[in-house]
Amino acid sequence: MKLYCLSGHPTLPCNVLKFKSTTIMLDCGLDTTSVLNFLPLPLVHSPRLSKLPGWVSKDGTINLEKELKECAGRVFVDAQPEFCLPERELLDLSTIDVILISNYHCMMALPYITEHTGFTGTVYATEPTLQIGRLLMEELVNFMERVPKAQSATSWKNKEIQRMLPGPLKDAVDVWMWKRCYSMQEVNSALSKVQLVGYSQKVELFGAVQVSPLSSGYSLGSSNWIIQSHHEKVSYVSGSSLLTTHPQPMDQSSLKNSDVLILTGLTQMPTANPDGMLGEFCSNLAMTIRAGGNVLVPCYSSGVIYDLLECLYQFIESANLGTTPFYFISPIANSSLEFSQIFAEWLCHNKQTKVYLPEPPFPHAELIQTNKLKHYPSIHGDFSSEFRQPCVVFTGHPSLRFGDVVHFMELWGKSSLNTIIFTEPDFSYLDALAPYQPLAMKCVYCPIDTRLNFHQVSKLLKEVQPLHVVCPEQYTQPPLTQSHRSDLMLELQPPPMPYRRCSVLNLPFRRRYERIYILPELANSLVPSEIKPGVSVATVSALLHSKDNKHTLQSVPKPPPMPPSKKRKRVIEEPPVALAPKPMLSGAVALEAFLATLQKHGITEVKVEETADGHILHLQAEDTLIQLEEDGTHIVCDSEPLRTTLRDLVLRFLQKL
Amino acid sequence: MLDCGMHMGYNDDRRFPDFSYITQNGRLTDFLDCVIISHFHLDHCGALPYMSEMVGYDGPIYMTHPTKAICPILLEDFRKITVDKKGETNFFTSQMIKDCMKKVIPLNLHQTVQVDDELEIKAYYAGHVLGAAMVHIKVGSESVVYTGDYNMTPDRHLGAAWIDKCRPDILISESTYATTIRDSKRCRERDFLKKVHESIERGGKVLIPVFALGRAQELCILLETFWERMNLKAPIYFSTGLTEKANHYYKLFITWTNQKIRKTFVQRNMFEFKHIKAFDRSYADNPGPMVVFATPGMLHAGQSLQIFKKWAGNEKNMVIMPGYCVQGTIGHKILNGQRKLEMEGRATLDVKLQVEYMSFSAHADAKGIMQLIRMAEPRNMLLVHGEAVKMEFLKGKIEQEFSIDCYMPANGETTTVTTNPSVPVDISLNLLKREMALGGPLPDPKKPRTMHGTLIMKENSLKLVSSEQALKELGLNEHQLRFTCHVQLQDPHSDADTLHRIYTHLKSVLKGYTIQHLPDGTVIVESIVIKVSSSAEDSNTKVLLLSWSYQDEDLGSFLSSLLKKGLPSGIC
Repeated sequence: MKLYCLSGHPTLPCNVLKFKSTTIMLDCGLDTTSVLNFLPLPLVHSPRLSKLPGWVSKDGTINLEKELKECAGRVFVDAQPEFCLPERELLDLSTIDVILISNYHCMMALPYITEHTGFTGTVYATEPTLQIGRLLMEELVNFMERVPKAQSATSWKNKEIQRMLPGPLKDAVDVWMWKRCYSMQEVNSALSKVQLVGYSQKVELFGAVQVSPLSSGYSLGSSNWIIQSHHEKVSYVSGSSLLTTHPQPMDQSSLKNSDVLILTGLTQMPTANPDGMLGEFCSNLAMTIRAGGNVLVPCYSSGVIYDLLECLYQFIESANLGTTPFYFISPIANSSLEFSQIFAEWLCHNKQTKVYLPEPPFPHAELIQTNKLKHYPSIHGDFSSEFRQPCVVFTGHPSLRFGDVVHFMELWGKSSLNTIIFTEPDFSYLDALAPYQPLAMKCVYCPIDTRLNFHQVSKLLKEVQPLHVVCPEQYTQPPLTQSHRSDLMLELQPPPMPYRRCSVLNLPFRRRYERIYILPELANSLVPSEIKPGVSVATVSALLHSKDNKHTLQSVPKPPPMPPSKKRKRVIEEPPVALAPKPMLSGAVALEAFLATLQKHGITEVKVEETADGHILHLQAEDTLIQLEEDGTHIVCDSEPLRTTLRDLVLRFLQKL
Repeated sequence: MLDCGMHMGYNDDRRFPDFSYITQNGRLTDFLDCVIISHFHLDHCGALPYMSEMVGYDGPIYMTHPTKAICPILLEDFRKITVDKKGETNFFTSQMIKDCMKKVIPLNLHQTVQVDDELEIKAYYAGHVLGAAMVHIKVGSESVVYTGDYNMTPDRHLGAAWIDKCRPDILISESTYATTIRDSKRCRERDFLKKVHESIERGGKVLIPVFALGRAQELCILLETFWERMNLKAPIYFSTGLTEKANHYYKLFITWTNQKIRKTFVQRNMFEFKHIKAFDRSYADNPGPMVVFATPGMLHAGQSLQIFKKWAGNEKNMVIMPGYCVQGTIGHKILNGQRKLEMEGRATLDVKLQVEYMSFSAHADAKGIMQLIRMAEPRNMLLVHGEAVKMEFLKGKIEQEFSIDCYMPANGETTTVTTNPSVPVDISLNLLKREMALGGPLPDPKKPRTMHGTLIMKENSLKLVSSEQALKELGLNEHQLRFTCHVQLQDPHSDADTLHRIYTHLKSVLKGYTIQHLPDGTVIVESIVIKVSSSAEDSNTKVLLLSWSYQDEDLGSFLSSLLKKGLPSGIC
């Protein structure tokens, strides 16, 4: 069993597991941090951005002013942002049988994997994962296509030139593999390969392996996966949470007894407590509004935003924000809010109970009804006429490189009354803000990452006790910036097997047994005999049928009777058809008892001679020798009838296997 | 326990199942592993609080989320009609409904639920009403599918039932429409609209008795779009406060509706009706045409019966029964042409209004049932939820077309179905791989290979291993049994020549065996050793020495008798 690691990003994993003749891809996360190296895509022409100076190397030898722009001491690529894809050269993607998706954040690279690669397999995901994943892809495509940028920048990727560039561009890896965003057509084609599954549904893959998603508690429809055969079990844990937010709680007990547990998607903010961050978020928001400023919350259009809105729903009245408008701007804002209300099965118990009433599970329905929360597909159209300040705006993309958020950065960045509150943990906020410097607006960083922290995960692993743990190498050492914090890493016995991008791991696995089915007719014909107390054996001779990786044993059909006419003459000449070979024998022949048996069968004249290893019996009347030893019996006899009689007598004393 | 329903046609003890079949005294908990409710119709869940709270059952009750949401409301409605209106006592209370629902574990579609170590259940979409499910129940390699009520054709608000080829030992299917083969849904819809329209045109009132959830929503969607298209003005009402609430359930459980509604719900929610308004009791006496949806669906109680009594006397009016009616209900009586009804207190009611029947209830018809059998490929069939005569007909058809046994037990009857499960065993991978490698890449039907191994049965485990491995695992020593026999042969040649002649002879007789002539003066057939020496007295008499182990017994025995007959003269 092998594991191919195609992504180095611990929370946006992409691994391929080869297990029992199946090739299974686990997630295909898209690393979007690469877009931080690009200039923002403004929705409206931005004089500031267009006036940025081009970059020329200090000695003037390299001139890339068309491709690279300088802003506040950093260099940015002036082209449509590109993403860092999972490794596509490590193995032939067309050989992948299935892709298992754990949550909607971990499927954003799907079109790159399933389209134009010869992929012919199936993708498995839960319904919320598919629906919300589709929305997020739609949003991404929309953000990009709304502001088309014809220019593509490739010169800077030249190895010789890249070496000369200032950081962080200089240190960017695999830049030649970076790709522009996919099209909606590719998204639709990729998603048409998705087959829906429910939690604890058992899906058979080619009869060889069974896969099953389990609730992971992180987001709507998020799942961990069990990949197992009758005797082996691999657990894939990705993006799980033990906090009580909106999704169904994590199913931990089903992870027990794994041979291998692949652990990805731990919290990116191991030192930030989500509840504390939520409190800070609210108080900063209220403070800014009271001072007459606006609040900008760059966020993804699904996920934590539901919790933020729920928190605000309770907070608004107490903080006297009843008249402040809240705006949610995204091409998928309406769909995201609507979809969140229809997945009762995938919600936590409290929310399910509300649906039984029947009431919408999320209180943002009420915020919308009472006009406190308004949603718009973009800043154009209705929004521009209904827009009132001071206000709170939720909008994407959290990288601040594209989407409506770019507009608000340009609009509000110059006033210190306004505040931007970062809640998403995926991007470094300083890097995100870099192309907007110098900036007057206040910045608050309260990343909310509900995924497992190291304390929770070690407790979990103690409980489910996998034989081996595989994880990204980042989890086996403390974070670079906090090298003294040995509590921010995984310490296990045996130590976890670390992987990095492009690793190929041989998983420690020895398969010894396989499931086979004995058909009833054969089962009825078996004759078990007890060898030891509680242990019986039966010899089995049967036809093996293997079909679709399922094995069955059935009785050997009796050969059809020979036509009677020719039979007589030929029968003796015909060598025996090897039907059932004789079983193996075990045990020993006891001398006294054997002699008694011989006597019963009329063989009385027996001369017994003792040897080093046993006895030699001389049947004088029959001129036959029987050599009895601890682990063998040798019959020397020229008469066939007598030989068979003796054979059967000896067999009585032995066990057959 | 599969469903726990009540009989609509009775008002006495007979309306609930006779649980004394399970036990004469005491609670049912010890006798049932779990209870599964297929959908929220009262003939499937009406006796649930009675069973769990009054007879006594504390184990798990499984149902889907929509069923869990809607079922207690219908039970409460039913309780109110029975206790508050009819004044019956000895009936379950509101609290009992609540306590009963606490025992419910929600079931998701396709989720495999492990009830205990052995029993596992899985729900499939049944399409009959919102949240209706079929269940696959499995223990080891034996399984049963119970359909509940299902519908094999998608309608305006729900999808069609689906199940995978799970090959259950028994398929328990409803057979409400065992003999009916219905025309296309479109025709039925057109007929329905035509009848409603005609009646409205001549100023009549149309009563459509329905259950609050289910057909009602389908017909509402149908009338809503018709009213919109034809620009009709006559009011449509929906009785009871349930409407709004019912529609809300449909909005929140939109993932359980059909593809089209699910796809467009963000833009336009099909369950927000413009033309259909809430009904008030006083409207029944309003002049002019109107259409009223009223509950319950079989005219056995409640508002629909009240309105029916009011309108029955006028031949301009019409009642359309869109679903099946159980024997004993007024719905059943008027459908059978009864024009004089005995009401409570000896009063009789003359039925003058038009009575129309439109089969809208979403049950599979004969064609649908056959289609499901084809989908699931059961080994046996068991028909329930239907009328004996019709079942008999369907049973014949099923047995003829699928050559499987079909049962139709009456109430109180026990059916025994013999299954023939195969035995799961763990085979050592070494043995399996060796066998598969020998068998070649493709199976050869003409030359089936026989595999040999030893089955070790220890505690609960069954392991199939090679004999060698079995000896090793059980810590046993091998006992070698060998045979040696001398055969005398007249052959006037040198020893070496005789041996060669034997070699040639055996080669010609034994096809497909490995025969070797070794330089040390032996011939080896498989593992049987043959040596030649001249007799001391007569050099023409050769003595052959054959030696073989017990494992080659058949061949050894054959060779010794073959060689005893001497060598044919023709060989050199």
